[in-house]
Amino acid sequence: MIRAEVDLASDPVPSISFASLRQRRPRWHEKAIQTALFLCALVSVVTTAEIIWILAAETWHFFRQVPVASFLFGTQWSPMFLPRSFGVLPLVCGTGLVVVGAALVSIPLGLGSGIFLSEYASGRLRGILKPVLEILAGIPTVVYGYFALTFVTPLLTGFFPSTQVFNAASAAIVVGIMVLPMIASMCDDALRAVPQSLRHAGYAMGATKFEVATQVVLPGALSGVLASFVLAIARAIGETMAVALAAGATPKLTLNPIESIQTMTAYIVQVSLGDTPAGSIGYLTIYAVGMLLFLITLVLNLAGNRILRRFHEVYE
Amino acid sequence: MTERGALLPSNLPARRRIGTIFYIILLCAALAGVVLLAVLLADVFRQGISWLNLRFLTSFPSRFPQQAGIKAALWGTVWLVGLTALFAIPVGIGAAIYLEEYARRNWINTLIEINIANLAGTPSIVYGILGLSIFVRWLGLGRSVLSGALTMSLLVLPVTIIASREALRAVPNSIRQAAFALGATRWQTVRAHVLPAALPGILTGVILALSRAIGETAPLIMIGALTYVAFVPSGPMDAFTALPIQIFNWSSRPQKEFYGLAAAGIIVLLGVLLTMNAAAIWIRYRSQRNLRW
Repeated sequence: MIRAEVDLASDPVPSISFASLRQRRPRWHEKAIQTALFLCALVSVVTTAEIIWILAAETWHFFRQVPVASFLFGTQWSPMFLPRSFGVLPLVCGTGLVVVGAALVSIPLGLGSGIFLSEYASGRLRGILKPVLEILAGIPTVVYGYFALTFVTPLLTGFFPSTQVFNAASAAIVVGIMVLPMIASMCDDALRAVPQSLRHAGYAMGATKFEVATQVVLPGALSGVLASFVLAIARAIGETMAVALAAGATPKLTLNPIESIQTMTAYIVQVSLGDTPAGSIGYLTIYAVGMLLFLITLVLNLAGNRILRRFHEVYE
Repeated sequence: MTERGALLPSNLPARRRIGTIFYIILLCAALAGVVLLAVLLADVFRQGISWLNLRFLTSFPSRFPQQAGIKAALWGTVWLVGLTALFAIPVGIGAAIYLEEYARRNWINTLIEINIANLAGTPSIVYGILGLSIFVRWLGLGRSVLSGALTMSLLVLPVTIIASREALRAVPNSIRQAAFALGATRWQTVRAHVLPAALPGILTGVILALSRAIGETAPLIMIGALTYVAFVPSGPMDAFTALPIQIFNWSSRPQKEFYGLAAAGIIVLLGVLLTMNAAAIWIRYRSQRNLRW
């Protein structure tokens, strides 16, 4: 017994005094790294702050020259030609037309794909469909613009001969294809998060697979599915290159999808491609339109992410 | 729910038939994606393949379609992506490590998280406006490849952070606890154990983020990447063009010959992107095979 104690004491390794363990030495090295990492995370907050600051500052300059009401409720958008007019409604209408069309394409197809992937597809089929959707999601938007111009518009002209070269419909269709993978994979995730026990309960009640999918799983995943729609719509609103190439550059208040229109994003591109002098009223319009665009997508994103978080809390 | 469950109708064959019809509709919806991808690729190849040759890759843009090429655009994209990787990867991974490994639940970290989720959904053209105002004008970097890369870094940062966080979260807690139990500090734990384990996932996310930077067009147009550039950038302050900009430029011309050039450019762009995607999938596959837990 005594012998063992002596051995321990002569061994240099376990000579830790417990007092030194409790004592907190300042670790400058660790602190510095933690601060650096925190600053990295802060970059994103600074980015948002800068976006808001810049848009707000320049929009303020814009509204010193143009009354807010005539911007928000005016029905004529012609900031470059005399007499100038700054009613943003035609651009909002153009964006709305494209977004509604895109939703009509992407929501049924996306939700259908999502249900199929989660409830019906075998492992092998899933292994094919998932990468295809990933590739579809990774195709640059300018490629979709080209596709709209050279494939979808000629196709539409075949059905409706009065279709204009630039039109809202073909832009809406490709924007719909573009956000389809996002809806499909988010719906897939949401449906798969529904516990298996609920499906088994449904089968035990004598329900068919269709009844379980539509009356048990889908309601159980409803908030996740809705969140995917909201976030996809936000994305469609912000979509730029496809509409800049295919939808045209004629801002007007119309609900006719085969006419040339202009969206908010396409207008911003048009101005930046031209040689509008910095500081002029025409130049300030991109900030005012950009602000409106940012606010609309911000509200939708906040709402979508909030629904999504609540959904995750239900099942996790 | 209980009422409906209790009253499931008894005509099973009819209910099964509805199920079959539903299945067929869903199958069509799911296959729509495959068909659309096939049609898109076929359309691009049909129009572009005859324009794609070595001269196309090694010539500068020209008003004559026969002499036009993508040399400047290709090198511009290489510069852009290289610099973007230089800025976005360290900051993105750093932010992800902070949020996953260090952050406690308090208001500032919650704010950062909500903020990143929203930034990921902010339209790319808004980043373009930001880049134009901050980098091009305020910092006076001009319409250079550096301005473009900084703008692009901010754009892909949220994607990088989100993907890296997921990879870090997938590392089991037992590894961290084992390191702490041996007396490692938090940073020693992260650097020597968590980060290596999460590396394949982080790498996959980074590749996908960079492929987003390659395809993004709108912010570059905003900051004024030139469309007619007959030289290769030799430094970060040079003017530049990029592949998607060149494609946009050719697609927006009225002459049909340029559509062929645009299609050829798209083939090159998609080739680069698919290679990167394949690399990401391969890394994911390999890491799943070597998983130790």
